[in-house]
Amino acid sequence: MNEMIRKKAKIREKTYLAPDIYRYSFLTDLCSGAEPGQFVMIYPVNGARLLGRPLCIADVSGEDNDSGRADDPGHYFDIVFRVVGGGTEEISGYNPGDELYIEGPLGHGYPFDEKTIGGKNIVMLGGGLGAPSLLFLAKKLMKAPSAFVSLTAVLGYRDRSMNHFLASDFGGTGIKTIISTDDGSEGIRGNVIDALEESGIKADLIYACGPLPMLSAVKRYAKEAGATAYISLEERMACGLGVCLGCVAKTTEKDAHSGVKNARVCTEGPVFCAETVDI
Amino acid sequence: MRLYQEKSAGDIEPDLGVDLAGIHFRNPVTVASGTFGSGIEYSRFVDLNKLGALTTKGVSRDPWEGNPTPRVTETPSGMMNAIGLQNPGVDVFIKRDLAFLEEFDVPVIVNVCGHSVGEYEAVVERLAEDDRVAMLEINVSCPNVSCGAIQFGTDAGMLMEVTSRCKSKAGSKPVIMKLTPNVTSISDMAKAAEAGGADGVSLINTLTAMKIDIYKKRFVLANKTGGLSGPAIHPVAVRMVYEASHAIKIPVIGMGGVASAEDALELMLAGATMVAVGMMNFTEPDITGKIIRGIKDYMVLTKTEHIRDIIGAV
Repeated sequence: MNEMIRKKAKIREKTYLAPDIYRYSFLTDLCSGAEPGQFVMIYPVNGARLLGRPLCIADVSGEDNDSGRADDPGHYFDIVFRVVGGGTEEISGYNPGDELYIEGPLGHGYPFDEKTIGGKNIVMLGGGLGAPSLLFLAKKLMKAPSAFVSLTAVLGYRDRSMNHFLASDFGGTGIKTIISTDDGSEGIRGNVIDALEESGIKADLIYACGPLPMLSAVKRYAKEAGATAYISLEERMACGLGVCLGCVAKTTEKDAHSGVKNARVCTEGPVFCAETVDI
Repeated sequence: MRLYQEKSAGDIEPDLGVDLAGIHFRNPVTVASGTFGSGIEYSRFVDLNKLGALTTKGVSRDPWEGNPTPRVTETPSGMMNAIGLQNPGVDVFIKRDLAFLEEFDVPVIVNVCGHSVGEYEAVVERLAEDDRVAMLEINVSCPNVSCGAIQFGTDAGMLMEVTSRCKSKAGSKPVIMKLTPNVTSISDMAKAAEAGGADGVSLINTLTAMKIDIYKKRFVLANKTGGLSGPAIHPVAVRMVYEASHAIKIPVIGMGGVASAEDALELMLAGATMVAVGMMNFTEPDITGKIIRGIKDYMVLTKTEHIRDIIGAV
């Protein structure tokens, strides 16, 4: 048998970030080899809810990252989620010590090899709950800061009630971090692209995660600016493993697996080069 | 419940083997079409060689795009889907999926879909002589494609015709007709399949359903309707398997919300010779193994030597 990628994991830490938004840390080595942009399926316990909830990996710590906690064997990973329905509401009710079934790491994340990032001005655009997957990427990129020219994170929020969650984590990595809010109650008024333009930051390479209209705008912006954009798509999933074909994205060319212009968000994605998807 | 317990010394060694349409299966558990792909993805969770049979996702003559998204949504103890039978077509299926399955010792049931009788026939013909295929299952019951599929499965006359025409192209391969529960009388449909020369029937496919987002005032699925599956529909499946198996002499493969050995046994007691696990593969990828072990435990517990003694024994 091949390796199992499904485990029961204990919640190590639970942090309230903003109304309805939580950060959980799970005590497990399940995601120790995960790449930024990959996700996990977290299964509700209530038997009336049978499908996993796909949530991106926000951070991973391994043996090289000693938290200094006596109760901490060193392997854990974080997710950040918002309560949007019954399943996430149930998950938000669990506490440190509680265990949940988790599958992962799944899918293909952001490419960040030397060829992709070398000599580039990199901008990360995170809209709302898009910030978490970019945080993990930011940490990976900052391990080799000499590989690229510049790195900026632009994080967009609805308003100040979202407590610009995770912004201090981005700042903590040493990355220049810009905040925008739709209503201007904090940071630059407008969306992440407005903030990027207003700040006059050059982008050769864009990593983006957020709502679909934002990602469509990022695709257009990147094309006009002559930049390459990698975007992380969200779609309703059933299996998370590439079986059910529930979560497809329209592609511009025929996809090798499906034989039609559909790629599986859970398997070929969730991160796609913006040019290759029809959004 | 006393299943899934350690064995003790005096226990019998039950025989789980079943015969269906002249083929011997090592146990009665297969997977429902569309919930297991061709086993490629799940082979890291499940030992495919331990399945009674592997039923593939529907295969059509040409590649099918399927429906727009959202295609899936959760419902209480179940889910709705409107995938629309997206598949790469029979050429890719033969080259990639059958080549993969060749490496395993498991009978393969290929599910066949089409927009017209001619399209069904074309796929059946391509697979009729392929040794890697044990049996064909004709999908005349998908609620999510606009032309073909379910139209053939809701009219007794058309069902009989599709059955006999597929059968005539299938050579020595047994042909199973997969029936929809979205009919007034499942018995009449089972009889039509039997009259058309089917070697068996499988049921139930999903129940046509609808879900509305009350805040957006929109349908949740892009296709408006979708097929309901999962444990929520299991009691419907038990009733229909019972009715169908009493109306016909050919064997029945039972499916619909099987989540445990108990559920599988219920369908067998109702009259199914084999059972298929569907949506629950998504929830617990290794559930088929657990169900096979549970059936064995039940037989030990009830001192049942042959599984055939369970079939239709209610």
